[in-house]
Amino acid sequence: MHPLALTFLIIGIPALVGLTYVFVRGSSGLRRYVVTRIILTLPMIFILATVIFVVLRLLPGDPVTSALGPRGSPELKARMIDDLGLNDPLLVQYGRFLGDIARFDLGTALTEGRRPIADEMGERFPATLELVVPATVLALLIGLIPGTIAAHRRRQAPDYAIRLFSVIIYSIPVFWLGLMFQLIFSVKLGWLPVSGRIDAITGIGLERTTNILVFDSILSGNWVAFRSVLIHLVLPVTTLGLVLSGVFVRLTRINVIETLQQDYITAARARGIKERVVVYGHALKNAMIPVVTLIGLQVAILLAGAVLTESVFSWPGMGRYLIDRILARDFTAVQSVVTMFAIFVAMISLAVDILYSLLDPRVRY
Amino acid sequence: MSDALVRFVGVRKWFPVTKGLIANLLDRGEKKNVRAVDGITFEIRRGEVFGLAGESGSGKSTVGRLAIRLLDVTDGQVLFDGQDLGAMSREELRQTRRRMQVIFQDPLASLNPRMTIGQAIEHPALIHLPELSAQERTQRVLTLLDDVGMSPPELYYGKYPHQISGGQRQRIVIARALITAPELIVADEPIAMADVSVRAVLLDLMMKLKEEFDLTYLFITHDLATAKYVCDRIAIMYLGEIIEIGTLAEIYEHPQHPYTRALLDAVPVPDPLHRRLEPLPPGEIPNPINPPPGCRFHPRCPIAVEGICNVDPPQLIQVVGDSVDHLAACHLRTGAHQDLDPERVSG
Repeated sequence: MHPLALTFLIIGIPALVGLTYVFVRGSSGLRRYVVTRIILTLPMIFILATVIFVVLRLLPGDPVTSALGPRGSPELKARMIDDLGLNDPLLVQYGRFLGDIARFDLGTALTEGRRPIADEMGERFPATLELVVPATVLALLIGLIPGTIAAHRRRQAPDYAIRLFSVIIYSIPVFWLGLMFQLIFSVKLGWLPVSGRIDAITGIGLERTTNILVFDSILSGNWVAFRSVLIHLVLPVTTLGLVLSGVFVRLTRINVIETLQQDYITAARARGIKERVVVYGHALKNAMIPVVTLIGLQVAILLAGAVLTESVFSWPGMGRYLIDRILARDFTAVQSVVTMFAIFVAMISLAVDILYSLLDPRVRY
Repeated sequence: MSDALVRFVGVRKWFPVTKGLIANLLDRGEKKNVRAVDGITFEIRRGEVFGLAGESGSGKSTVGRLAIRLLDVTDGQVLFDGQDLGAMSREELRQTRRRMQVIFQDPLASLNPRMTIGQAIEHPALIHLPELSAQERTQRVLTLLDDVGMSPPELYYGKYPHQISGGQRQRIVIARALITAPELIVADEPIAMADVSVRAVLLDLMMKLKEEFDLTYLFITHDLATAKYVCDRIAIMYLGEIIEIGTLAEIYEHPQHPYTRALLDAVPVPDPLHRRLEPLPPGEIPNPINPPPGCRFHPRCPIAVEGICNVDPPQLIQVVGDSVDHLAACHLRTGAHQDLDPERVSG
């Protein structure tokens, strides 16, 4: 199976579980809402695809000029333009693009050896996922626990310390932190690899099925590769996770503080519930909604590429690919990639909406 | 003396005025305090409805919270059934919490939005009555739902707080307070948020439950009309002090303190010919960080006498000619300077 299809499947399994839940246990209102949302996704993707198609062609420059450079011969240029179908009327190109998308055919890149975009994404998208998902989990862990502690110990030493940490971590540029980590842990101490996803030689021997290397190495039982993948993940995931966590700390803190001022919390205290249970059981759960919103937004942004992190750690992810393709005015590649992202973002925001209704019984669709 | 369930002895509650970290570091001057409750002594007798009235900012809600030790006293003692709440160990306090419950003003805010009504009512039982089986607890919840007039109880058991009306929510809060069979219920403005149409119904329900469950209420309100409807005895608070305390009849029929008179006079009377005798003094409660010297009410008092009221704080003493229960804190009406009372002079 194609790695990109496999990746979709891996993301799709939780989504399917969620949808099954909605249709088996959910209220009829929720069911109707989810169906409506799925249907509305289609025009949304259509509009987005159209916008990106138009914008790309409005940009100065074209793929042929950027591929051949300013001194390319006019004959060669004309032939290439013809080959790539860029001579056809715009409407024909537009129709072809929409037709391809509808058949889930992502097409081939216009430049760089005309590689199929699906293959390229099949390699790069799993790499981004492998970086972004653990980084978000880490950011969430760092965010929720100290955020709640800070709220609990408001205006005391732990609160000041945690707030200071979150402001500092939030304002540090991600590339600088990444470089510092490389300098300390790779260059000076030599504990961790500087960059890349896997040791080059080990990587050659690893059989790729999903291109999510953690899974691949487990599936093939290649424990040397597994270890190599994990130690390569440590620095990029820590860097990205730390920088993301600043916002989560502050958001969690302020929401827990607000919840702690509610009467039902006072009433729970009056009942003699342990303070720990009051804060972590009652208050934290009720403070989760804005945090879930932020997770959805962050993951959506990061999927499009944690460009800076990927660049610092030479991580072959989506972010760098997309930037490269935009600079090369590679119409087809950019169109297809952006459209795929639109589908992902729609899936994520649907998942967030379903989560709301599970977290807060007041939310009704 | 009759049986006191709660006794406040010289209780003070001062809240430090917090400033930011930087301000604290720079300014090492004296610490300022909000004197929310400033030396009050009274008792709530078993089986009575004790009203606590006053304007907002008078400290009445703080007294309610001190009574069940949601707050710690700064000075003095709060005795519950003869035991000092402040001296209890954590375990003793937990045991005692079963015997006292609280009802707040806003029932929606008092209910965890993620818990169903059944779960909310059951929750105190999970903490305080672990010996009950799950079925026994559910049965108790259903019975209580019925007791507070939510019938059929099965219909409401699985609903969420946002799915029922405001009046119904307050019934749920009351049911939740009752499940551990408490002796004292602190009701902090329990009907202030309810529609006028359901206020009387809720009050009647509370009084019915008082008989059924042998309850004692500390009933906190800013509304003397409501207090008159339910209370046995009333204390009037002003700026962290009790300025008059007495039985319902004594307070309403011959109030002594000018502030009490003004408050009573502010209760609307459905009579176009009614004229107010003592309109509520202008202005608001002064700043409780720096209360006025002498009698705290003197800047707003219509009968204050220069040289006495602004110098000497009056004591809460028995009103001449009334029962030992009727006390007031006014130089001119109860103390050594009764001859200066304008009413007495003119009359």
